[in-house]
Amino acid sequence: MRRFFLIAVPYAWLLALFLVPFLIVLKISLSDAAIALPPYVPQFEWSEGIRAFVSQLDLENFTWLIEDDLYWKAYLSSLQIAATSTVLTLMVGYPIAYGMARAPQEWRPTLMMLVILPFWTSFLIRVYAWKGILSNEGFLNQFLLWTGVISEPLQILNTTTAVYIGIVYTYLPFMILPIYAALERMDDSLNEAAEDLGCSRLSAFWLVTIPLSKGGIIAGCFLVFIPAMGEFVIPSLLGGSDTLMIGKVLWEEFFSNRDWPVASAVAVILLLILVVPIVLFQRNQQKEQEGET
Amino acid sequence: MAQPVFEPWNDPNEKPLIQFKNVSKRFGDFTAIDDLTIDIFEREFFALLGPSGCGKTTMMRMLAGFETPSDGKIFLSGQDIAPVPPNRRAVNMMFQSYALFPHLSIWENIAFGLKREGMPRNQINARVEEMLRLTRLEKFARRKPHQISGGQRQRVALARSLAKAPKLLLLDEPLGALDRKLREETQFELMDIQEKTGTTFVIVTHDQEEAMTVASRVAVMDNGKVIQVATPADIYEAPNSVYVADFIGDVNLIEGTATATGEGTYALHWRDGVPPLTVTTPQSFSDGQRAHLAIRPEKISISAEKPAEAANAVMGKVLDIAYLGNISTYHVELPSGDIIKAQTANTRRISRRAYTWEDTVWLSWTATGGILLAD
Repeated sequence: MRRFFLIAVPYAWLLALFLVPFLIVLKISLSDAAIALPPYVPQFEWSEGIRAFVSQLDLENFTWLIEDDLYWKAYLSSLQIAATSTVLTLMVGYPIAYGMARAPQEWRPTLMMLVILPFWTSFLIRVYAWKGILSNEGFLNQFLLWTGVISEPLQILNTTTAVYIGIVYTYLPFMILPIYAALERMDDSLNEAAEDLGCSRLSAFWLVTIPLSKGGIIAGCFLVFIPAMGEFVIPSLLGGSDTLMIGKVLWEEFFSNRDWPVASAVAVILLLILVVPIVLFQRNQQKEQEGET
Repeated sequence: MAQPVFEPWNDPNEKPLIQFKNVSKRFGDFTAIDDLTIDIFEREFFALLGPSGCGKTTMMRMLAGFETPSDGKIFLSGQDIAPVPPNRRAVNMMFQSYALFPHLSIWENIAFGLKREGMPRNQINARVEEMLRLTRLEKFARRKPHQISGGQRQRVALARSLAKAPKLLLLDEPLGALDRKLREETQFELMDIQEKTGTTFVIVTHDQEEAMTVASRVAVMDNGKVIQVATPADIYEAPNSVYVADFIGDVNLIEGTATATGEGTYALHWRDGVPPLTVTTPQSFSDGQRAHLAIRPEKISISAEKPAEAANAVMGKVLDIAYLGNISTYHVELPSGDIIKAQTANTRRISRRAYTWEDTVWLSWTATGGILLAD
């Protein structure tokens, strides 16, 4: 009985906060836009019955998404930006995690704290702060001009580069923490054993350290890729008009066009795309846990 | 056919495989190895024995190349190995934690070093198969390290470190993680494998029984210094210091002043009003020098009456009896308050003990039964 309750709580949570909202969104995506409140028809009427209500739903919005190449491009561009920034985050995050795992024992909690520290400030404020750094008159340009590396300011803000910087910065802790966890529990003598058996430092790293932190790398990549895919705040604050991301399209459909049904259809497809990496992530986590026992 | 006795250390023509020459290793203020000079010969099974923190692991890590000496030189086949990195030394190490690669199968673990050498595929296969056979692991080749038992893991670690046919194999507490029964079996396996492969083994251990069982010579270490290097029998029967006598096995130490009474024979005055003890010993002592008589409990016999012809005999009262199955140790308290341990083998089953608590007994031993050691 106790077991049942223990399991029931998270399931009830998921049901109320994930499945029900998803079904509502799905239903809206099958409706038609209308100038009304809320801005779509049909509305469910008890008097007309469920059959009449269902008969008015159609897949029109999904057909629309397929026909208009804006959405295709936005999805593809989001995929590409999310994938590229995941690789970039990995390249920045792995050395940091490695350094943390190699640091003296007494330093590690402090370093960990430093990685988590940015979460104490609102995400929105931190992204806004990057505007101040990256703009033409921003700190970065002023610094580069002062050192004489460049003679005129670089246009970074409102480009895709700024979006990459923003995503890498924001999601870095999600990459560092799982990799650090994997590296930290690795036995130092494994590297020594690899060297003893004829590996150079570098090949020992490649043949032993990397494979043993694979679980952490995969977890970190998904933790960055999945939210980056639907990212909206970073591209709209740091990106330019040419930065096409599905999160931004979604926002515009909802709030500028007030076309809730199309926006919902966009959201449903985004979710379907994300189901693949989420399932893969789950599998990886499960395999990791089995490996430990 | 009698085999020639293996003792290259007594042969002046024999060149040592490993030479430590005045090697010191300091970590900051701490001296782990203090001016150490030692020779280890080919095909030897050499044990470094000492309490934890005595520097034995540091010595081994210097051989493997993970530490460099602060002073002095280490030679392997006459060549200074200081500039050679660990991955280029003909030395392999079996780690205390085994350090098996968890992401690789047993087969791949053993092949790891061979692949780094760039050995051709079919030779790798043959060598790995050979190693699997040697360590009786054929059935487990495809398993991962976490799918086999501790004893099997130990054998994988051994197979992996032997696969490259090193000149020298280092074993860091190789049997520490095994239970007693398995440990004893594995000791003989190790000796067997060492003999078959003809590799020089250096083993680090804090378990004196293990060192005595497997080693051709034992180096007893303390505080970064080697106290004695000798065969197990010599270490046990002829320790060169009170430290070694006390560290290896059980011993009675009787302190007194020595007086020469003949060629190599001394009288040890150890208590006022009792006759001195007679002891024959190779070391020489000046008259009146402080000395310790070290005598093993099994060299002391116990009897109810005073034995007629014993060089040394003392009377006492049985204080404690430790029954260990195969032997019994009697703790006998002398009138002076000293406690002497005597051991008898329980050669007969269910025999009534001849002596029991509070019995008055005589302890006796010969002049050569013990050894006299300087302070």
